[in-house]
Amino acid sequence: MVMDDTELAHRLARDLDGAFETLVRTHVDRCHSIALRVTGNPHDAEDITQDALVRAYRALATYEPERIRELRIRGWLATIVLNLCRNRARTRTVPSTSLSPLVEGGWEPRADAASDPVGQALRSADRERLAAHLAALPERYRVPVVLRHVDDLSYAELAAVLGRPEGTLKAQVHRGLALLRAAMAGTELEELSA
Amino acid sequence: MTRTTRTTRTPGDLSGDLSGVLASLAVPAPAHLADDVLVEVGLADRMAPYPSPIGTLWIAWNGRGVVEVNLAQGGAEAMARHEARSGRRTIPAEALPARLADAVARRLAGERRARIPLDLRGRTEFEIAVWTKALEIPLGEVRPYGWIAAEIGRPKAVRAVGTALGHNPVPLIVPCHRVVRTDGTIGQYSLGGPGNKRTILAAEGLDPDALEDDARRGRRLSGSTTTRIVCWPTCRHTRRTQERYRVAFRSLREAAAAGYRACRVCRPTAIEAAA
Repeated sequence: MVMDDTELAHRLARDLDGAFETLVRTHVDRCHSIALRVTGNPHDAEDITQDALVRAYRALATYEPERIRELRIRGWLATIVLNLCRNRARTRTVPSTSLSPLVEGGWEPRADAASDPVGQALRSADRERLAAHLAALPERYRVPVVLRHVDDLSYAELAAVLGRPEGTLKAQVHRGLALLRAAMAGTELEELSA
Repeated sequence: MTRTTRTTRTPGDLSGDLSGVLASLAVPAPAHLADDVLVEVGLADRMAPYPSPIGTLWIAWNGRGVVEVNLAQGGAEAMARHEARSGRRTIPAEALPARLADAVARRLAGERRARIPLDLRGRTEFEIAVWTKALEIPLGEVRPYGWIAAEIGRPKAVRAVGTALGHNPVPLIVPCHRVVRTDGTIGQYSLGGPGNKRTILAAEGLDPDALEDDARRGRRLSGSTTTRIVCWPTCRHTRRTQERYRVAFRSLREAAAAGYRACRVCRPTAIEAAA
């Protein structure tokens, strides 16, 4: 069961140690998905996810209850994850574009794939290709696309997390999707983003 | 720019439902990740066996430090007891993390400076002062409860020192076995009883029977006729003294009357207040 974030924030404010496990269980998968799709590297994604949630706990331990109650947890956690992804990117050179991240990441079709016509239509090779193209997308498109379409944050949440106007973000997501479509259709990304 | 908007469809083209497919790129975190986080912040513990001269120890730890050292028949019993005591979920592990295992081995071998972080949440300042002081007693030496009481500035709290040592959650790592009763007898031990205390002290090179025998005969302190310094009988300085130069005293007062001064390393000053 996914607990409502407002309710969770109130519980965290009352009893951090008692409620933090719920935060972890509710958000660990989406933190991991963001980290994996932004870095394109399953090993980094695990490290970043753990680090982000540990930092979240340590930050909450220093916050006044008032501040915790007003936290927008989804966006706040995404911000921590993205900061760690950026730190990681600075110490690395070339982003991984191989298909191995998916394989190593233990990717499996969603349980509801059978009732999902898109999922059914797609061969897993296509998903792997898409993931590889996503990982190779320039960061200014990749991050908004991941937050909007892999993590399902709203544009308002994106604006809060990335500190850019919603209009800009919509354009960046649109552009990112266009690049991905073209890439999936066989056009090289370098040509498109040049 | 026209290239970006071309709509040539090829097999596997995702033009229509790209966002739906992107949603399917969400990948659940590996199962261990949530537990790793909870252990790291100290909301869950791990527990693993560790060999010792008195049997298999069960050591619990989290990201804040070592929480507990205990003896148990097996892992299930050790974990159930630890969960009941700590109120935290306890996750079995095969072994201590390499760095921690190394530090514990070095500490048990007498290296007092081997750094072992401890998770002592919920313990009192007094308890922590007692345990910190016990850490100063070197391997192969013992001190009476009264010495700890005096050293931490609470000379009358001898009984409370005994209680705090009995509550030591990390025996061996904090060597409460090196603290003996003020009358010189070996005394109680939380880790499986007084027999184990004698075994551990013997493994550290002491003779518990001889210690008790000396104490019974009033040989409470040991002086050197050459340096005229008086020590606890197990102080490394007095043990270096040859037998023929040794002299025993009942008390520091008796030693002082004979012109001896207290050793500055083992500080046998406390006994007067406690005895």
